Amino acid sequence: MSYKTIEKTTEKLTKEDFASDQMVKWCPGCGNHSILAAVENVFPQIGYKKENFCVISGIGCSSRFPYYMNTYGFHSIHGRANPIATGVRLVNRGLSVWVATGDGDSLAIGGNHFIHVIRRNIDINIMLFNNKIYGLTKGQYSPTTPMGQITKSSPQGTIEHPFTVGELVLGAQGTFFARVIDNNPKHISEVMLEAAKHDGTSVVEMLQNCVIFNDGAHKMITDKETRDDMQLYLKQGEPMIFGKEKNKGIILTPQGLQVATIGENGITEKDILVHDMYARNRGLHLMLAKMKPPYFPIALGVIRSVEAETYDQLLENQINEGKANGKIKCVDDLLNSGDTWEIK
Amino acid sequence: MSTKKQIVERDSVVVKFVGDSGDGMQLIGTLFSDTAALEGNDIATFPDYPAEIRAPHNTIAGVSGFQVHAGKETRIIGDHCDVLVAMNPASLKANLKWIKMGGTIITDCDAYDEKALEKAGCETNPLEDGSLSSYCVISPAISTMAKETAMALGMDVKNAARTKNMFCLGMIYYIFDFDLDTPYKLLDKRFAKKPEVADVNKKVMLAGYNFAETLEVVESRYHVSTVDLPKGQYRNITGNIATAWGLLAAAERSGRQLFLGSYPITPATDILVELAKHKSLGAKVFQAEDEIAGICSAIGASFAGALACTSTSGPGLSLKTEALGLAVMTELPIVVVDVQRGGPSTGLPTKSEQSDLNMALFGRNGEAPAIVIAASSPSDCFYQAFNAAKLAMENMTPVILLSDGYIGQGSELFRIPKVADLPAINPPIAKANDPDYQPYRRDPETLVRQWAIPGTEGLRHRIGGLEKTDIFGAVSTDPLNHAKMVQNRAEKVKRLANRIPKQEVFGEEENDLLVVSWGGTKGQVQTAVKEARKNGVKVSHAHFTNIMPLPANTADVFKKFKKILVCELNSGQFVNYLRMTYPEFQYQQYNKIQGLPFTVAELVEVISNVK
Repeated sequence: MSYKTIEKTTEKLTKEDFASDQMVKWCPGCGNHSILAAVENVFPQIGYKKENFCVISGIGCSSRFPYYMNTYGFHSIHGRANPIATGVRLVNRGLSVWVATGDGDSLAIGGNHFIHVIRRNIDINIMLFNNKIYGLTKGQYSPTTPMGQITKSSPQGTIEHPFTVGELVLGAQGTFFARVIDNNPKHISEVMLEAAKHDGTSVVEMLQNCVIFNDGAHKMITDKETRDDMQLYLKQGEPMIFGKEKNKGIILTPQGLQVATIGENGITEKDILVHDMYARNRGLHLMLAKMKPPYFPIALGVIRSVEAETYDQLLENQINEGKANGKIKCVDDLLNSGDTWEIK
Repeated sequence: MSTKKQIVERDSVVVKFVGDSGDGMQLIGTLFSDTAALEGNDIATFPDYPAEIRAPHNTIAGVSGFQVHAGKETRIIGDHCDVLVAMNPASLKANLKWIKMGGTIITDCDAYDEKALEKAGCETNPLEDGSLSSYCVISPAISTMAKETAMALGMDVKNAARTKNMFCLGMIYYIFDFDLDTPYKLLDKRFAKKPEVADVNKKVMLAGYNFAETLEVVESRYHVSTVDLPKGQYRNITGNIATAWGLLAAAERSGRQLFLGSYPITPATDILVELAKHKSLGAKVFQAEDEIAGICSAIGASFAGALACTSTSGPGLSLKTEALGLAVMTELPIVVVDVQRGGPSTGLPTKSEQSDLNMALFGRNGEAPAIVIAASSPSDCFYQAFNAAKLAMENMTPVILLSDGYIGQGSELFRIPKVADLPAINPPIAKANDPDYQPYRRDPETLVRQWAIPGTEGLRHRIGGLEKTDIFGAVSTDPLNHAKMVQNRAEKVKRLANRIPKQEVFGEEENDLLVVSWGGTKGQVQTAVKEARKNGVKVSHAHFTNIMPLPANTADVFKKFKKILVCELNSGQFVNYLRMTYPEFQYQQYNKIQGLPFTVAELVEVISNVK
């Protein structure tokens, strides 16, 4: 309920209200710049009082984010943004809590916290910047680096099976998962507005390009030549159609998802799957989250958004119930409860 | 037929109940201590149990115990027991060294079959081989009698066999000249939902009581002196419960919401469990996925304006150290309770030690000073938890409260205070739209920064683990600024020394010998000093609660003594800290690292032999 209950502003806020006076120190050409611009754009649209935003991060390039936003902000330690955000949110449900984190921060050192915050469905919004590399330490592989990639710490290629962020989120019973690309700020803003409205943990995976240490990590998805065939923008209630000619679509077969061409092999638009982000069954959402080039396009937009009770609401319910029905109303009551006796 | 027994008046007695974990020793120990307290005795208790929940039956590893010291002035649990209740050969064997010569042993002869003797490692039966001739041994067929009594009341065989602990307790009540009204009421309360169980237990207890009365072998009954305590309302309390309640009291007194982010760990878990019960007081308790998430959620809660706490023991404190550094750097108040146990690593989870002091003082990267205080007894845990919360919030810094397994799980009488009589707590909360607010602008006297709570208008700001500029809080690697900020953080804690109570001395302020102790050993050390003084030793005692910073008058106290002896349950961490802080004095040290508390007897000997 937080989107409805967090106090709204009566002021007309603009992007400038959220821009900080700090010099932005990301590398020229870094994908983070456009994500920052998109977030500065969307915060005024969300409409809360500006004091009610709280941006929390861990460590890594993306975790410098709070310094560049004029909100309450906390740049913490490596991997720990999620539990810190949990503490903030549990204490004050009037705050809109945003986590800026990366593939190293939340999937490696903070992996445990990441799955548990999602499992508890704490009402925070996680922006996970995925550039598939450790940028701030200058180019070691991360948990999302593709198997075999040569990096500073894998001179012969990585020998690790990478995580797919969406698979991890849905495996942890995530109630909201979306994916965006850094070069489409308009789409980022749209998706983040949806994330803000979601009650519970929202995870937005932001495919972000590190120009210095992993340039081209998302090349196949973002290249002008290939992108139309490699990007599927999901829209609620609409068929999953993509491609330069808008003639490709996703169909469900007994072997799983497949790419089909409309007009070939008797396929018509009616055979193409229609997206339902609200479907409780996560099977199809999982298949969509796992699609990747070159055989599939990457699924973008809100993949899953379902309602479930949030930890913060349930905790507050228990406290309200305790206050209403508990016999102990103050600490003096507690101190004098049970067996006590007087010495005269 | 009842025979009148001689009644011996005693200032205090120590009774220890031991058996297999699962024999119900903790239950009858608690019932006995509650009865003693309600009868007007001062009490101290200590549970002693194995790390395993149900260790192998009848083995030494599986022995679980509960010791009660009742009578006048029992600030400690007592070294050796007057009466030992041992349910099987293994528990008897494990505890023989803790019985006073001539003490009473009550044991169940039904439990001494060949197999049990073998498991306990007894080559011969101690009840028959004469090895217990220095004690008064009472070894009736307790299991048989308890079982028969319970089955006659319609209980099934399995449950009837489990009432043997109540039979023993009945015998003990007879020996201590307590009537059964009080334990009956306690049983009614405990089994309120199962009155038939309460009834069987009462009858078995009565059977034990009556049986003891008929025994020729009970040579003497004890009448324990009631204590002359200040007027007031009292209760029995363990250190861990007292810690939880002290935090609740501080939240109420300060008007701040209480948040605890914690992960279960022996022997600190009771704090988490206790606070989770008190939703009606608004306590928000978060059982985190690990120790790190425990402290990090507390740091987030502190940023958001709560009285934020985390509770743990040594291994957990190790995991929390990086986050503690973050709390130091961001100058956010949190209370970290460390209920110390034997270390290193997993160490001795259910035993007590004072060996986390170095970690509390120095266990962080960079120069990261935090306030460190230590509770000295179960009831003192209440006041020190309150104090830790007050110091943290008023000084905008983490506070580490050192408790230990011995005082955390032990209990004593607690004179119930009124919350309104506790000191006021005034956190430096920044006012909305204060044009002068800056994240690192400090009070010129105390160097404390303000607490600007998210949601407040006009105070948006960023904090974090990176070094920040003085006053304005922008990220900075400027060398001189860093030097200044390191100094500010240290100086803030140092200046607190002038605002905490002065170090007090028990006994003469100028004397031959000063015995120094800190934390949970106060009871034993003070008692030993008193005994030594009775024997003519010119000795005084200084017990430290404030560790970092040390009280401002510490050197003035030390310089009035010819010799200083520092006693602690580690290899010398506090004494080395004193050597570093006040190198102008010579210190002697007495250390014990066995996972056990000091005994008064050993301390008296050490104190009497200081050269």
